[in-house]
Amino acid sequence: MSRIHDIISQLEQVASDPQKAIESYKKETGKGAVGILYVYGPEEIVHAAGYLPVGLWGANKTITQARAHLLPFACSIMQSVMELECEGAYDTLEAVLFCVPCDTLKCMSQMWKGKAPVITFTHPQNRKIAAANDFLAEEYSLVRTKLEKILNTKITDEAIERSIEVYNDNRKAMRDFCDTAADHPEIIDPTVRHAVIKARFFMEKSKHTALVNELISELKKQPIKPWTGKKVVLTGIMAEPAGLLDVIKNNGFAVVADDLAQESRQFRNDVPAGKSPLYRLARWWQELDGCSLATDPTKPRGQMLINLADKYDADGVIVCMMKFCDPEEFDYPIYYPQLHQAGIRNTMIEVDLEARTFEQVNTRIETFAELLSR
Amino acid sequence: MNIEQASAKELLAHYQAKLDEEAREAKKNGKLVCWSASVAPPEMCVTMDIAMVYPETHAAGIGARKGATDMLEVAASKGYSIDNCSYARVNLGYMELLKQYAKTGVKPELLAKSPAADVPLPDLVITCNNICNTLLKWYENLAAELNIPCIVIDVPFNHDMPIPDYSKRYIVKQFEHAISQLEGITGKRFDYDKFLEVQKQTQRSVAQWKRIASFLQNEPSPLNGFDFFNYMALIVCARSRDYAEITFKKFADELEEKLQKGIYAFGDNEKSRVTWEGIAVWPYLGHTFKTLKNAGALMTGSAYPGMWNLEYTPGDLMSMAEAYTRIYINTCLENRGKELAAVAEQGKCDGLLLHNNRSCKLMSLLNFQTAELVSKKLQIPYAAFDGDQTDPSNFAPAQYDTRVQSLCEMMKK
Repeated sequence: MSRIHDIISQLEQVASDPQKAIESYKKETGKGAVGILYVYGPEEIVHAAGYLPVGLWGANKTITQARAHLLPFACSIMQSVMELECEGAYDTLEAVLFCVPCDTLKCMSQMWKGKAPVITFTHPQNRKIAAANDFLAEEYSLVRTKLEKILNTKITDEAIERSIEVYNDNRKAMRDFCDTAADHPEIIDPTVRHAVIKARFFMEKSKHTALVNELISELKKQPIKPWTGKKVVLTGIMAEPAGLLDVIKNNGFAVVADDLAQESRQFRNDVPAGKSPLYRLARWWQELDGCSLATDPTKPRGQMLINLADKYDADGVIVCMMKFCDPEEFDYPIYYPQLHQAGIRNTMIEVDLEARTFEQVNTRIETFAELLSR
Repeated sequence: MNIEQASAKELLAHYQAKLDEEAREAKKNGKLVCWSASVAPPEMCVTMDIAMVYPETHAAGIGARKGATDMLEVAASKGYSIDNCSYARVNLGYMELLKQYAKTGVKPELLAKSPAADVPLPDLVITCNNICNTLLKWYENLAAELNIPCIVIDVPFNHDMPIPDYSKRYIVKQFEHAISQLEGITGKRFDYDKFLEVQKQTQRSVAQWKRIASFLQNEPSPLNGFDFFNYMALIVCARSRDYAEITFKKFADELEEKLQKGIYAFGDNEKSRVTWEGIAVWPYLGHTFKTLKNAGALMTGSAYPGMWNLEYTPGDLMSMAEAYTRIYINTCLENRGKELAAVAEQGKCDGLLLHNNRSCKLMSLLNFQTAELVSKKLQIPYAAFDGDQTDPSNFAPAQYDTRVQSLCEMMKK
């Protein structure tokens, strides 16, 4: 057990202090970090350059400076990112990759306040036709060229292929971890689960994979104990700040699976095989289903949530609704009745990265826990 | 109606009603009806003789006739957040009522008493994200709720200008894909000769549309920009038909005549000229106009109607792709600033009035940044107000009046 706790504590430290993780990477390799702004970016290209791709997902912050630049109805995560931009939190980065799959991100990409150069790229949204992959591969090619110039290094196809393998190994490890964690909620509570997953945004991926694989093998040595609490699936953009997950944990819930953009949507699919590394990365986007930011008129998210709840024997689904995120808000009226029809109980909580108190969330989660106990 | 003798205003009302009637007739006769995003290319569907209905225009009409609140409530009851676009919510509420009507045969009370124009449910939808990605989410939901095909024309955000060929090629492939989808849906071969004629018609409509806009250059101006907003219904709903061309030509001819006779929009009370940035506040169109009018501030610039300046070379799909993707809000800030400055310059504007529209993030979140660029370039002031295109609860007349007043004071200096 002590090794389990060691690994968890190591990953928790990384997840809670990205700045320190970046500094130690710099010290170790002599190379810096490149920000991958929420939500999906071709991290492998950065990794292939030998730089550390770092996920930028905001922080639990009071919004003050951002108010001068961003209207109040922009989503909570972008308010938080803007605040961090204004504070200079991203100024140690060599560059920032900026994707624009929603209207707020399009605008945010045009008002960057940090010092690091921004490389914007667009995901195609008519995703299921081959031409979409050609378009995205061209966008990634531009990203590569711009990165090469900024980082003053050559990023070869071979290096990207190698990085794709490193990333696919990590994706597999993460899927295994989520499955194993579901068997051991008494050890991997919602907060720990989140930290293990979040740490992958701030570590060189093969190192993260090695630690996670070791954690999995240690967990598998532990007996599977009956879980007396309730099991839930989380869906949404992210389940932060920490206080929000504490509420879920303190009400006796185990997170047995998730459909969060910050978590499983990142790794539920591998980068598929293909004719060139950039085309392969493009195809990953084509195959990403059930995300509110990836257009799909067949709206598969409801059925995917039903399948997840069935597979992991979940008692219910908690919708973590990012404040002012219209893509997520548009999905809800479609999947909510589907969950209802399938008899899957669910509740919605608001994700506000500025939140300091969580009484409202607690009331909802407490009520949900009582409902599930009936 | 005698088309030759009718006024532009009469033609506008006539053709709007006729388009709705055609859609209802199509439905009755088993022909296809398509609901379309306002700047999605209609050329393919029109070639296929599909009747078109435009939910944004329809929702704006409901808003202007003070009927939005009921539809917004229906959408809320279906789980739509008040943060979502009010055009989408009004339309999804309306769709829900039509669905209930089709299912039960009993007209829901809210539908019966709604001032909404009577339009039929669609058999397919077509969307395009050149004016927002919200249109992707909204149309996904329409297609899912009604279990009908959805044609998507994705025009990627142009983070750098000029627009690269690979982006245009991707859009052309989607036109081709849409054509094959339509052939599958209709069971008919696509008529490329007719397609060319439809493209030519679209260009004739756009040319007359631009001709109307050109009157805004005159000082004083015979054209009030708010009237221009009213005519938008036809550039949206009928640009690939001659209805738009006929009406716009008549309107431009009338403006020409007014100009020659010295008849101006504000008579001799044109004290200043403003650019209106953003969509109109349809439920308060009268109020927003009158406040400006009382201050002698004439709206002679708006980039909004210019989104339909869809000029391209008929027969050249790359050129058509470029026309549909270069919409200013689908481009980088620098280009947005350039386009808005050109509008303000053309309208000889003394200031900018920015609509921070709760329903439209893409047209609002960069308002200040764009205005700063324009203000710096043209040395003109700007002011902003909070509003919404169709949700009346998000607009406060008093705040609007104060902001207009302060803009007018700044313009005087």
